[in-house]
Amino acid sequence: MGWFKRLTEGIRTPSKEKKEIPEGLWYKCPKCGHTVISEDFEKNLWVCEKCNYHERIGSKEYFQILFDDNKFTELNPNLTSADPLKFVDTKKYVDRIKATQKKTGLKDAVRTATGKMNGDDVVIGCMDFSFIGGSMGSVVGEKIARAIDYSIEHKIPFLMISKSGGARMMEAAFSLMQMAKTSAKLALLGEAKVPYISLLTDPTTGGVTASFAMLGDLNIAEPNALIGFAGPRVIKETIRKDLPEGFQTSEFVLEHGFLDYIVERKDLKDKISQSFNLLKIK
Amino acid sequence: MAVYLPFEEPIKELEEQLEKNIKLQKEKGVDTTEIILQIEKKIDETRKQIYSNLTPWQRVLVSRHPERPYTLSYIEYLTKGNFIELHGDRGVKDDKAMVGGIGEIEGHQVVLIGQQKGVNTKMRQYRNFGMPNPEGYRKALRLMKLAEKFNKPVITFIDTPGAYPGIEAEERGQGEAIARNLMEMANLKVPIICIVIGEGASGGALGIGVGNKVYMLENTWYSVISPESCSTILWRTADYKEKAAEALKLTAQDMYKNKLIDGIIKEPVGGAHTNPEETFENVKKVVLKDLKQLKKISPEKLAEERINKFCAMGVVNEE
Ligand SMILES: [Zn+2]
Repeated sequence: MGWFKRLTEGIRTPSKEKKEIPEGLWYKCPKCGHTVISEDFEKNLWVCEKCNYHERIGSKEYFQILFDDNKFTELNPNLTSADPLKFVDTKKYVDRIKATQKKTGLKDAVRTATGKMNGDDVVIGCMDFSFIGGSMGSVVGEKIARAIDYSIEHKIPFLMISKSGGARMMEAAFSLMQMAKTSAKLALLGEAKVPYISLLTDPTTGGVTASFAMLGDLNIAEPNALIGFAGPRVIKETIRKDLPEGFQTSEFVLEHGFLDYIVERKDLKDKISQSFNLLKIK
Repeated sequence: MAVYLPFEEPIKELEEQLEKNIKLQKEKGVDTTEIILQIEKKIDETRKQIYSNLTPWQRVLVSRHPERPYTLSYIEYLTKGNFIELHGDRGVKDDKAMVGGIGEIEGHQVVLIGQQKGVNTKMRQYRNFGMPNPEGYRKALRLMKLAEKFNKPVITFIDTPGAYPGIEAEERGQGEAIARNLMEMANLKVPIICIVIGEGASGGALGIGVGNKVYMLENTWYSVISPESCSTILWRTADYKEKAAEALKLTAQDMYKNKLIDGIIKEPVGGAHTNPEETFENVKKVVLKDLKQLKKISPEKLAEERINKFCAMGVVNEE
């Protein structure tokens, strides 16, 4: 089990908490305050051993958890954002992209790859929240669309791990149309009868919830993730009432009938591959 | 009383002058015919001048004009009353913010669907300001499936400030409802024509917007977020709504230039509400032309072309 050693730099703990502790040595759970040695935290798949808090992790960590021996081939790794609208808010969009790429080492907010999971072929797309809030612009839409094409062409099951604040505003209507694009591709995946599992992780909201994340043959989630269409702040401002306890958590969404099951990270790989196996057309 | 938008102030002043002169003639017998003609001419010119130079934000204001015609008015005109409204999603309830039914336009039997805003304070509330709950999207999908079953083209009218952000909406799966519509609409085996007649806000608009042909009326907007919300999020204050409206490229003209819609439908000078019949006629011409053309295409091809069209949207760099 040497693989987790390489992940040390990949942990993302809330920066405030992190600063109080020597970098990379300890992890302090933001929920219960429990402190563990980083290495043990990684061994526990970035889940607090005391309160079961599932720390947010990115594509790198999910790929390592799910692909056998962390071996995979990335699909379309070189797609990057264009700036079709020449968008400028407080910053130029192109500068924002460049700065984020530098900071995260990522090209955009999703990575797609193919490899083996418990011996079976799988295509996995995974969003990175650290890249502009996991927002969906043209690159995210296009990479997911192409990953689905790959799944259809090779008849390989598709797993999409969502973690996103929603649309990429700086791509405006281009971003909006990625919802239609990814959903349209999933219609074709469905016709090809290739199974699709959508894993919703903390947080999954906005245009991602309102497109591919809710369209799995199975929709599943990690425990206690924020899952919704409108963000809690927007809802609160609209209805001018406090939101009920546990609103928009995985457990809430399961209870209301929009998830098939909730799965803890330690069971993720086995339960997903079991699910795909049970869906296999023989 | 007519409602004037802030930038229509010069028109308002002229119309007040016009009224005064008409009154003078009627009540005092003063011959103001010449002046009246002059003012009327001036009003036309001023309106043309203002409306040929609208900023994106001003178009947003026109799209939200309280006198603007809404979906049911279009349906009434296009079908000449040969329309039956159908209700309910068969699951939870009938969403008043989304209307739909079966009707006939010049011999073409169609299914018509759209968000519906209210015409006065009471009705605006009744219609939830044109913000559908999940039931609205599910009603729309039910009607689209009905259309597919009986091989009728679908026409949708888009006019919403967004899908409703509420507790019940989340409990009943707002995200799932919109997502399902996107997937099912993409693959529907009958022609779909979509027209943005007012506001096209985000997923709430797109939820009935996946068409073989998508049009916007001249003074409407369509984007991923409203300029006000965009300003609040990116500039952290609502003061940049004009700037956001520009940056989002949300007008019909920009959307057409970016190949995200198939065409722009003309409005009368001064906006759709100044002459609804002319607006309806313009819409009807486009709809009839498309119906004739789309009906010749096979069901499979219709879905394939629609899917390909939306899958081609987006701009990326590939190293
Ligand atoms: Zn803890």
